[in-house]
Amino acid sequence: MTPSRAAFAAILAKDLRSELRTLQSLPAMALFSVTTFVIFRFGLDRTSLSGSLAAGVLWATLLFAAVLGINRLFVAEREEGGFDAIRLAPIDRSVLFTAKVAALLVYLLALELVAVPIFAIFFLEDAAGLGPLVLVLLLTDLGLAATGTLISSMAVNSRARDLLVPLVLLPLAVPLMIAATGATEPLLSLGGPSYDRFGTWLMVLGLYDLIFGLVGYAVFDFLLED
Amino acid sequence: MYGKGLKPLSIATVAMLTLSLSLVFFYAPLDGDQGFIQKIFYLHVPLAIVALVGFILGGIFAIAHLRTDDRKWDAYSYVSIHISVIFGVAVLITGAIWAKASWGHWWVWDEPTLVSFLIVFLLYATYYPFRYAIEDRDRQARYASVFAVTAGAFVPLNFMAVRMAQSLVHPRTFATAEGGMPGEMMLTFLCSLAAMALLWTTLVKFELTAKSASGQVKRLRRALDAPVAGGGSRIAPEVS
Amino acid sequence: MDLLFAAPALPLDEAGKYVAGAYVVFVVLLVVYLAIMAAKVQRIERELRDVAAIAERNKEIQAAPGREAEEAAPYG
Repeated sequence: MTPSRAAFAAILAKDLRSELRTLQSLPAMALFSVTTFVIFRFGLDRTSLSGSLAAGVLWATLLFAAVLGINRLFVAEREEGGFDAIRLAPIDRSVLFTAKVAALLVYLLALELVAVPIFAIFFLEDAAGLGPLVLVLLLTDLGLAATGTLISSMAVNSRARDLLVPLVLLPLAVPLMIAATGATEPLLSLGGPSYDRFGTWLMVLGLYDLIFGLVGYAVFDFLLED
Repeated sequence: MYGKGLKPLSIATVAMLTLSLSLVFFYAPLDGDQGFIQKIFYLHVPLAIVALVGFILGGIFAIAHLRTDDRKWDAYSYVSIHISVIFGVAVLITGAIWAKASWGHWWVWDEPTLVSFLIVFLLYATYYPFRYAIEDRDRQARYASVFAVTAGAFVPLNFMAVRMAQSLVHPRTFATAEGGMPGEMMLTFLCSLAAMALLWTTLVKFELTAKSASGQVKRLRRALDAPVAGGGSRIAPEVS
Repeated sequence: MDLLFAAPALPLDEAGKYVAGAYVVFVVLLVVYLAIMAAKVQRIERELRDVAAIAERNKEIQAAPGREAEEAAPYG
């Protein structure tokens, strides 16, 4: 195993283990999602959702829950000297980026494992659209993970840490939300799932993931300079 | 020396602006469908194009800054983005005026280009609080460059995504006067575009010159062992 | 083929107000920017004046170090 790959595995394992042990972010994200669903039920005065309304509620909630997790992504690194450790190690520093993206991806998928079924129970008439939804979730999470990791790594060293992530991340996430809701809306429509422009939206998501993954990977080295 | 060439540049800008304004009101024919309202476009569209190019330039300068570690690129990047944000305000306001005149509403979600521009503007508006939140000067410059690069990559992607979001049921209700434009309109448009590009460049140079002058004064103070004034922006990069 | 907007155009006097409004906004923004820059340039001028005064004082101290130094630190 090359040193980079070993470092990747080590950082990822450390993150996941630490999260499992302390359970700081995940329960909060999940709880936040469920409560937000309840708020939407009353805010929209609806007990069942379909089509664009369902897609909007689901994705808005997931996005804001994701921001909660992204805020905390690098806190351990900052407080316990993880950044210095990476600087000193004789490996490609961008490995911290890929490892963190992977960790964040796992968190988001874990969140959705809880939040999406509950959403379906609360609001959906039938669950037929959930299968293909997994693909949309995966690609959107990847994009959120890449951009979120990039912004979070910069915000952690700043003064208004908690404010900066939502502030900068939200506009960047707009194309993701456009594509995600665009793909989800026909999946959750009243008459059963349809795949109107499904492939196109998935391609947009993939393009976003590619571009921001590459940008993040390319600039991360500069972020770690002292 | 940033001020060098500023005078001929501003003269060229004034000349071009005068020329294009004259063309807009005395030469360009009246649009068949939109009527007189269409004249707003000679203002709104060039401003938008120049602003977007300015944002992308901000990203390119940022790449240069990251590669060379020369602070002057950071100054270029910051000022490019700063002037483009100001142009962006003009774009959004003139866009709203046009929307009100065409549709009776100050904002319409049907125009994908305007909506995309709003999102881009909102992103670059976060550039200032983002810089302000990072205290260490070196780090601030580096992170700002990362932001500028990321945002620059974001611009084309965003335009594509918003355009795609246009429902096929409601087709784009307005054709920006690009293709099929009579020659006189095209000439007027190109002159306006050139005028705005010159204006942007002049303002960028102006801003950089002022910053440079400020930096030279600080340098003088330091050389004389005089107390350096506490003033000076906490977000804008210094130029020396 | 993109659909062109089909509603009737506003009458010239009404339309004129909107077009004028748009150009007014542009001019106002430009002038506001220039005003802010003017303030900046004024500040630079003020600082240069201070720095010139400091430089002249330093020159005096250099030319007559004994006298000035005496006055500055009589017991040092």
